Amino acid sequence: MHRVSPRAVWYWTARAAILWIVLIAPQVIWWLADSDGSALPHLIVGAVWLVLAAVHLVVMPQWRYRVHRWEATETAVYTQTGWLSQERRIAPISRVQTVDSERGPIEQLFKLANVTVTTASAAGPIKIDGLAAADADRLVADLTTRVGETTGDAT
Amino acid sequence: MTTAIGPADEAVLDTEAPWRRLSPRMLAVHPVLELRRLIVPLLALLVGAQNGNSGEGGWWALGIGVLGIGLGFLRYFTTSFRITPTHVQVKRGLLRRRVLTVPRDRIRTVDVTSNLLHRIFGLARVTVGTGQTDKKNDGVKLDGLSAAAAENLHRELLHRPAAKQNLQTDAAVRPKPAEAPAETMLAKLDPAWIKYGPFTLSGLVAIGVLFGLGSRLVNEGHVDLGKIGYVHDTLDYLGRQALPVAILLVAAVVVVFTVIASTIGYVLTFWNFRLSRHDSGTLHVRRGLLTTRDTTIEERRLRGVELSEPLLLRSVRGARVLAIATGLRVGRGGDRGGSVLLPPAPRAIAAEVAGTVIGDAGPLTVALTPHGPRARRRRFTRAATVSGVLILIVLAVVLLGGAPWPAFWSALVLLPLGALLAFDRAASLGHALDEGWLVSRFGSVVRRRYVLRTDAVIGWNMRTSFFQRRAGLTTLVATTAGGHQRYALPDVPDAEALRVARAAVPGLLNQFLAD
Repeated sequence: MHRVSPRAVWYWTARAAILWIVLIAPQVIWWLADSDGSALPHLIVGAVWLVLAAVHLVVMPQWRYRVHRWEATETAVYTQTGWLSQERRIAPISRVQTVDSERGPIEQLFKLANVTVTTASAAGPIKIDGLAAADADRLVADLTTRVGETTGDAT
Repeated sequence: MTTAIGPADEAVLDTEAPWRRLSPRMLAVHPVLELRRLIVPLLALLVGAQNGNSGEGGWWALGIGVLGIGLGFLRYFTTSFRITPTHVQVKRGLLRRRVLTVPRDRIRTVDVTSNLLHRIFGLARVTVGTGQTDKKNDGVKLDGLSAAAAENLHRELLHRPAAKQNLQTDAAVRPKPAEAPAETMLAKLDPAWIKYGPFTLSGLVAIGVLFGLGSRLVNEGHVDLGKIGYVHDTLDYLGRQALPVAILLVAAVVVVFTVIASTIGYVLTFWNFRLSRHDSGTLHVRRGLLTTRDTTIEERRLRGVELSEPLLLRSVRGARVLAIATGLRVGRGGDRGGSVLLPPAPRAIAAEVAGTVIGDAGPLTVALTPHGPRARRRRFTRAATVSGVLILIVLAVVLLGGAPWPAFWSALVLLPLGALLAFDRAASLGHALDEGWLVSRFGSVVRRRYVLRTDAVIGWNMRTSFFQRRAGLTTLVATTAGGHQRYALPDVPDAEALRVARAAVPGLLNQFLAD
């Protein structure tokens, strides 16, 4: 069973940090614009946000790194994802329809990539997040060959 | 980078097959269809004019409608289709010509619908389902074939080997029901079933639609409801009653209307209902009083059945049966109702028909394994949490918003209601594996029993929330290519989830999860 790349921790942190910045920025702007009122409410709300953000940014990526696992054997693909809410997904290679690899801007920053394996069910895509780019390429190549060897329309 | 995997599409198209057109009679239907869309603005205009207002929106709609009629005419001239031994092709579009090509072995369902207007002109609409999960692409739709041509096309597409290539144009089609395969009747509407109509609540939807229509009329026609004597008198009368009496009166009126509308709805939708099996390996559903609908499902696409018992229907021991098949997506716009295998009917008959359809009565009657005390406790915790939050919100409104205290007292009713719901939900929970069938039952407001072929399971998702992990429960989801795409066994004890997943698809889980 493989763990994802350790760099994924930083990737998840960066992704979450962007989300927090988007949430907190308008409040900072409001604070700066709202010059006459008392600063106390802003300070309290801001402090609460900062504590929440800090806890999330420290705990979530570590927790995820401990949970996330993936494995592709000759006959099946398996992932384990999540932190508070966790999910394990399994699909047999014989039912795979597409193998898809993607590198978003943040992922490129950390030299990571994700691989999505879809089946004929809309509920069944298996996404492996935070793979080292080279691993992702190898996995896609492997899966594509294996899937190509199966027959039938996979429904 | 997307790597599509599957048999390469050589697209060896037979260029010999002639292009066919829709029926010219469609030219008469289309303007009427467009006009029907204009009924509301037109009525609004009339009402508005009577009230001395000119509804400007109405005129706009009228202009757009005229354009629509023109486009409708054009559609006849720009749509053509042909059927080669391997493919179905549809050409359409005026400025953006599109050719849609569907391999014939990918065709999963054929649906022939004719509404009242179609029937007057002897026309039908054929929808060919390919089971694409892509939502933008709604497959092949041919609106306005002559009924005979539609029937022929239907047979040609699904009852392989393909019929002879002697269908030239629509006009030249000879209605020759030559090789109609032998047919076995599985179920037929018993007029006594109409008594289940009122328990389907389909009438509530009708009331909603009427209400929407009414409010649009009122808005666009600028009608002041208070000035209409009749409405005024009713409101006045209600105003003079005590509040509980007024509420009871309104509720009674809604109930009576729902009952009537639901019954009418049942008759309109399911009159002449027949479910039959053709020897060529297809299931055939025919139904409808004014709009008739013919759905054909290939049995090799059938993945299972769903026995659905909404609370009200369950109270009178009724149930309905739906098909789980690839190419039939559930509850999507025009496809809604395409998977009905039996309208609301006595539960015993529903179970029997479902058993006949899948060729095994076992999964529908087999005793289900309950999910145990922890799953039961979770039902109660969740119900209590939801009612608790709602009650707190009402309390906040009372304290801060100045709402009257009786609102809070009546909100307390949510607690026992929630408990009842939780009790019923816990009682519904159950699953079983029965000789190649995965059975799952859950739900209270709508209790559903899913019966899915285990070889149709194309993957497992095992989801655990934080609280589920503390209780040692897993939601096991079987993913499949048909129907809802996902069929869940909610809150199964961890070990049992693994056991079920292992037994249903041997050899898959063991590679990753040890005991």
